[in-house]
Amino acid sequence: MSERYTIPEASVGYLLQELAKSGRRVLGPKVVAGRIEITNIKSFADVVKHGQSVVSAKGVVFPKVERLLRYRFEGGKNIALDDVEPQAHPTVLFGLRPCEARAFHALDVVFNWDSKDKFFNARMANTTVIALSCTQADESCFCTSLGSRPDDPQGSDILLSPLNAGGFVAEVVTEKGKALVALANDAFQPLSGQADVVPPATVAAAFDAKDLQQKLAAQFDSALWAEQSLRCVGCGACAFVCPTCVCFDIQDEADTKQGQRLRAWDSCGMRIFTLHASGHNPRDKQSQRWRQRVYHKFAYYPERLGTLGCVGCGKCSRACPVDMNLKQHLAQAAKSATLG
Amino acid sequence: MEANIYKPYLMRIAAITDEAPSVRTFKLEFTNPEEAAAFTFTTGQFGLYSAFGEGESTFCIASSPTRSKGYIECTFRETGRVTSSLADKDVGDIVGFRGPYGNVFPLEKWKGKNLVFVAGGIALPPLRSVIWNCLDLRDWFKDITVVYGARGVNDLVYKNELEDWGKRSDMKLVVTVDPGGEKAGWTGKVGFVPHIVEQIAPPAVNSVAIVCGPPIMIKLTLPVLAKLGFGKSEIYTTLENRMKCGLGKCGRCNTGKSYVCKDGPVYTLAELEQLPAEY
Repeated sequence: MSERYTIPEASVGYLLQELAKSGRRVLGPKVVAGRIEITNIKSFADVVKHGQSVVSAKGVVFPKVERLLRYRFEGGKNIALDDVEPQAHPTVLFGLRPCEARAFHALDVVFNWDSKDKFFNARMANTTVIALSCTQADESCFCTSLGSRPDDPQGSDILLSPLNAGGFVAEVVTEKGKALVALANDAFQPLSGQADVVPPATVAAAFDAKDLQQKLAAQFDSALWAEQSLRCVGCGACAFVCPTCVCFDIQDEADTKQGQRLRAWDSCGMRIFTLHASGHNPRDKQSQRWRQRVYHKFAYYPERLGTLGCVGCGKCSRACPVDMNLKQHLAQAAKSATLG
Repeated sequence: MEANIYKPYLMRIAAITDEAPSVRTFKLEFTNPEEAAAFTFTTGQFGLYSAFGEGESTFCIASSPTRSKGYIECTFRETGRVTSSLADKDVGDIVGFRGPYGNVFPLEKWKGKNLVFVAGGIALPPLRSVIWNCLDLRDWFKDITVVYGARGVNDLVYKNELEDWGKRSDMKLVVTVDPGGEKAGWTGKVGFVPHIVEQIAPPAVNSVAIVCGPPIMIKLTLPVLAKLGFGKSEIYTTLENRMKCGLGKCGRCNTGKSYVCKDGPVYTLAELEQLPAEY
């Protein structure tokens, strides 16, 4: 059962200071050169309270490029492998949108599907999420279509919701969250009973995710996917800003003395993703790749991993250079009864 | 310290066999004797082989677990960046191996049945493992037939083993080359694999067929097998989707709800028909 506190706005700065003093990195949404990025924040004034960062916070637990292995070419034919330990600096994500907090679960189920990825796990174990309920949303947001809401505490260690009178309600959801409260006890006053919170943003549900999943089962060969993706340029921006996209590449980089094996974000929207060395490509058309993106997240994830591969943050739609809008496309698929 | 699931075994190339133009077989021995002793695999499984400095590439284990103790063999064609680098290596050089990954050929299920192996070109290596495995358990099965075809005589892989198999009285081997691929003294068949399968017409009763080859060969062989009466659950194949991790994480081999690295690479035709044709 979660614990509830109130925290005055004036004490948030104190909390941030204590977090920094404890040796933790504090990252959150901040305007950098005109766009919202997840980056170091020093004060509460740095934190952007509304709107989505362009790129998600995924990189904190699953960096854009990460070393998996190092090796040295020793004298003669010998090669020495050096194991790599993940750089997992204790980190607090402060002021994250609740949808992004929920996204870590979708990464977790993949990185721990039978075999355990120690790189992801070490970072995740060292990351604590203090999310901030959304009181504003835009037309690309669709968390409510996926069974969530703008003030959903799931995935957060602590969820802050603004009070009408100023300050926040802090819902402490996990043990990790409790550990942070303990660092700045003075800032938190126990709350019993109702609190007068600012109403969460209104996000009208555009479709129902379970209904969509059923519709997808019958629509694989629909012309819809080609129609929707005619304008797709296969740039992969949707995957690179996405908080749940987990598909990755592994590449080597080396000189004559040593080398490293690197993991890097990848995208199923790119032609070379499935391209064989022989020239054969199982998903040769952009429409097949767009369909894969939709099915992977909304059909295959639920069936194989018990969760959606999407949180409805809408970052992909905002980043798309040709204005493809995931919410609208999914709503169209959920409405569509055609099997042609 | 938690294990690094991406860390390969270091393997020393103990022998290299040139099989066909651009096609080579490596015998790979573990550099660490403890790893060699602990390593086991089952026929049908695959791994990721690395040329350090270039990257990793996915191939089956081409040797049979009944024969290769403490080592594995792989056969590859020089095609891309990694396989080109592997092809440059000499005996004694070190490469990486991660595995074994994936599911297996269900030999227990095939007990008491006739086995018909159909392979084309560079697709004999994945079947070579299971063919040797079945020959080493010879009394488990009834008739064993192998149909193998390649473009030309030079393109046939495992030429010495084909000779051995041809001499065995406990199996039937039919080797064919595409029309125009024969040369003087060729005593095998001339014709495309699907036609040859039709010609020799292996009985379908109490039989399983294991088919691996280029997509066009598979596409044309399946109707022949269906005509002969092979059921969709009695026809097996092994897929080769591109992979990066082999562990169900990188997303590359995902086809429909299936992950070739975890649910495959071995599928029955009945299972394949449940998947989109993205392989």
